[in-house]
Amino acid sequence: MAILVLAEHDNKSLKSSTANTVTAAAKIGSDVHVLVAGKGCDEAAKAAAGLAGVTKVLQADDAAFEHGLAEHVTEALKSVAGNYSHILVPATGYGKNILPRLAALLDVQPISDVMAVENETTFKRPVYAGNAIATVQSLNSKHLLSIRTTGFAAAGAGGSAAVEKISASGSSINVTFVGQELSKSERPELAAAKVVISGGRGLGSGENFAMLEKLADKLGAAIGASRAAVDAGYVPNDYQVGQTGKVVAPQLYIAVGISGAIQHLAGMKDSKVIVAINKDPDAPIFGVADYGIVGDLFQIVPELTEKI
Amino acid sequence: MKILVPVKRVLDYNVKARVKADGTGVDLANVKMSINPFDEIAVEEAVKLKEAGKATEIVVVSIGPAQAQDTIRAAMAMGADRGILVETTEAIDLGGIEPLHVAKILQKIIGEEAPNLVIMGKQSIDDDSNQTGQMLAALLGWPQATFASKVVLGDGSAEVTREIDGGLETLKVSLPAIITTDLRLNTPRYAALPNIMKAKSKPLANKKIEEFGIDTTPRLKIVSVAEPEKRKGGIKVETVDALVDKLKNEAKVI
Ligand SMILES: Cc1cc2nc3c(=O)[nH]c(=O)nc-3n(C[C@H](O)[C@H](O)[C@H](O)COP(=O)(O)OP(=O)(O)OC[C@H]3O[C@@H](n4cnc5c(N)ncnc54)[C@H](O)[C@@H]3O)c2cc1C
Repeated sequence: MAILVLAEHDNKSLKSSTANTVTAAAKIGSDVHVLVAGKGCDEAAKAAAGLAGVTKVLQADDAAFEHGLAEHVTEALKSVAGNYSHILVPATGYGKNILPRLAALLDVQPISDVMAVENETTFKRPVYAGNAIATVQSLNSKHLLSIRTTGFAAAGAGGSAAVEKISASGSSINVTFVGQELSKSERPELAAAKVVISGGRGLGSGENFAMLEKLADKLGAAIGASRAAVDAGYVPNDYQVGQTGKVVAPQLYIAVGISGAIQHLAGMKDSKVIVAINKDPDAPIFGVADYGIVGDLFQIVPELTEKI
Repeated sequence: MKILVPVKRVLDYNVKARVKADGTGVDLANVKMSINPFDEIAVEEAVKLKEAGKATEIVVVSIGPAQAQDTIRAAMAMGADRGILVETTEAIDLGGIEPLHVAKILQKIIGEEAPNLVIMGKQSIDDDSNQTGQMLAALLGWPQATFASKVVLGDGSAEVTREIDGGLETLKVSLPAIITTDLRLNTPRYAALPNIMKAKSKPLANKKIEEFGIDTTPRLKIVSVAEPEKRKGGIKVETVDALVDKLKNEAKVI
């Protein structure tokens, strides 16, 4: 049986998380289909068809799917679920909002945050903020998984799958989209960036994040933050890295004024190289850092920006 | 307006989880257990709605061991009115009662209690699944507003601002609905001593999980639980020059 991946997209383009999820699917089986549910989503569907390893794209185009609401997208998934042994979504806010809803309707217990595929039914996932790794076997008749993007390289280009339009309609449940306030940034997507610079409470204010911006400009980096920095209003919520925010694993992660609480480490400790800048020599962040530098970030960050 | 808030007893967020030597799970013997932080936020939101005159009764439900009574009492000390314990001897973190089972039990309780709104945590910090609220909404055929950072109750509906991947999104859901909480929704209060005392005499119903007639056979088999790979220890550098040199010539990441 084929494997279905739910695409994350904004109707025009695919989110990179879709490409990571396709790679995970290809580790389970060779017939990988992608469902693009949206409104006016031809471009997103075309992009999905171009991913290496994708054998077919299903496009469900309907006003109900415009904003990707779980109640509606679940209906599109449900209408085709019977044809698939596995259904995969990216373990992002988008995917996690939808998959369990589908799972309950199919009477399946899904597996969240899959970071490795052992075989068709057995997967590894972090639990307890990544302080333990569970190997879990699905005993369900159908296997529903959310995929940690950091565990799987993004599928490349080079695919030429056919796009098949399917007719699916939304749910009659009473939910309406009121509005969106998206953080604007010219920077790479946090979850997919090669370099991430994150600021914590040590930054002291939102204005001081400008200092990190300068360094990020030089390194082509994305900017992230600890929960404390988000809670204090220094930066928007979508910057949060950690157990309950975004999970990143860039080539280089620079933690600035972040103490290194378990919950923060859960979101970044799989980075290839970690740099910590902190004035407290005993800060736990140094326990995971490849290179630590003890001192005042207000001196170190400008100097680093100049010299890098 | 009656609000139902499910709460879970979990390893305290300040305690580092230790994997059991036999690799079957995480050691929960003699460690501090607390109410799941996201559930605490859910209780706080319900209590605030009651204080604002928008809700009349708050019922908390916990599925877990006998000690989950403490979790219910903690929610009552914050202001919940009544509690229901659904007792089980199975594990509630890994390899026992799973999110789908919990959603099915909650569905039955909701059938009896008929709340107008359910507020619950977006995830529990033990198995980190982030599933139960969405599953419960599906089973009930209700709308879901997950990862909420703001809730405004209207007449028969709620306007909920959600933390999404790219920022914030606002939805309007008709009631009854499921709302799951994110960190920014509120800051839970500390229960004052008199309220902790008062909570001891609030009504708490004890039920056994078997009474619900739900098949709780696990759908997931925990093959093993292991420590994550440890990062190799790093070094401290004295100067920014040394750091730049290491990043360029040793790590080769810039
Ligand atoms: C349920 C739950 C979920 C959570 N989820 C997350 C999550 O997803 N992500 C997350 O990050 N946190 C999360 N947390 C919060 C986490 O426990 C910590 O509170 C948080 O990570 C701390 O942020 P911080 O390191 O910025 O702040 P602090 O711990 O206050 O650390 C600030 C650091 O800055 C340093 N500093 C201060 N001034 C300077 C200076 N001038 N120069 C250099 N260094 C300086 C200090 O030495 C200190 O180490 C969660 C908590 C809970 C309970």
